[in-house]
Amino acid sequence: MRVRALETVLTEKGYVDPAALDAIVEAYETKIGPRNGARVVAKAWADPAFKQALLDDATKAIGTLGHVSRVGDHLIAVENTPQRHNMVVCTLCSCYPWEMLGLPPVWYKASPYRSRAVKDPRGVLADFGVTLPKDTEIRVWDSTAETRFLVLPMRPAGTEGWSEERLAEIVTRDSMIGTGLPKAAP
Amino acid sequence: MGGMDGFGKVEPEPNEPTFHEKWEGRVMAMVRAIGANGGLNIDSQRFARESLPPEVYLASSYYKKWFLAVENQMIERGMIGRDEVDAGHALRQSPPLKRGKFTLEDVSRIMVRGSFGREAKAPAMFKPGDKVRTKNINPATHTRLPRYVRGHTGIVERINGCHVFPDTAAHDKGENPQWLYTVVFDARELWGDDADPTLKVSIEAFEPYLEPI
Repeated sequence: MRVRALETVLTEKGYVDPAALDAIVEAYETKIGPRNGARVVAKAWADPAFKQALLDDATKAIGTLGHVSRVGDHLIAVENTPQRHNMVVCTLCSCYPWEMLGLPPVWYKASPYRSRAVKDPRGVLADFGVTLPKDTEIRVWDSTAETRFLVLPMRPAGTEGWSEERLAEIVTRDSMIGTGLPKAAP
Repeated sequence: MGGMDGFGKVEPEPNEPTFHEKWEGRVMAMVRAIGANGGLNIDSQRFARESLPPEVYLASSYYKKWFLAVENQMIERGMIGRDEVDAGHALRQSPPLKRGKFTLEDVSRIMVRGSFGREAKAPAMFKPGDKVRTKNINPATHTRLPRYVRGHTGIVERINGCHVFPDTAAHDKGENPQWLYTVVFDARELWGDDADPTLKVSIEAFEPYLEPI
């Protein structure tokens, strides 16, 4: 098919080494995913000083955690509270914090989410099975530039004293986009 | 496409794979590699995707749009010929990529997003708390001011530094750095009295998109 034809043309012209393409695909399939973001959220839940640093400058704060993926400039962490729920969209294309969450899921890049998130976020949340209190403020961040947004969800009750590793397991990808909530404590 | 109606429900897929088919990964990798070493900046790539005919844009999957757009971009820039993709082989020599062949050594460089922050040439015109109106602009060229906020009043919430300006960078007319703000709108300002009263929407707005009130 045409994709293979293009790759052959680019290879024959000396533009790309197919092994380098393999390495890019492999990195996104195996290394870069929502685990990175989950570790950051768990750390913020467990460590108030880190949480403050994350909200002040997320790129800088994550840079201090050697074990998590390197992250590009202008990452902004936005905190969910009982009064306010944050949700992230890119109505213009598909901007998404790849280094924290991996490649975006199909629904994030598709027309229904991109069109409706800024107008009817409660309807979108219902599609995810999420209902918020009527008076919670909903803030939708449209990622229209090279800033990137990571939602810091609320820590579920019943997780007091948990280790960061255990906390990270209940942080879902969707909870860091704002279309979901962390898994409840058992 | 913010605010368009009729696309239906959002359909999350449990345990979604990174790629649904192998070709999707190859397209993603080719676009990243050629973009990085061939001088196709992110804004020009976005413009190429937006420039697909609307009926193609709306009916194509995400990576199909990426493929069609990068193929068009490389053809326009004389890097490849459509006849070569049709034939499945290089039929002639082409000039080398700006940064040379994309090899394994280049991979780690592209795994972290590039930086778009730049030195400011002038002080920021707005500060947090300022009331602003988005301009009603409708360029045929690339812009990152979404249609649904044009001509509306909002409040500057954050200053995010001075950034490469997509409206010029997309057309290889320079980085032309501009101040970037988070501007927040009440949903009723955007969608009318029936809008969700608990909703606020923000965009990332470059200074040339805004006028003081």
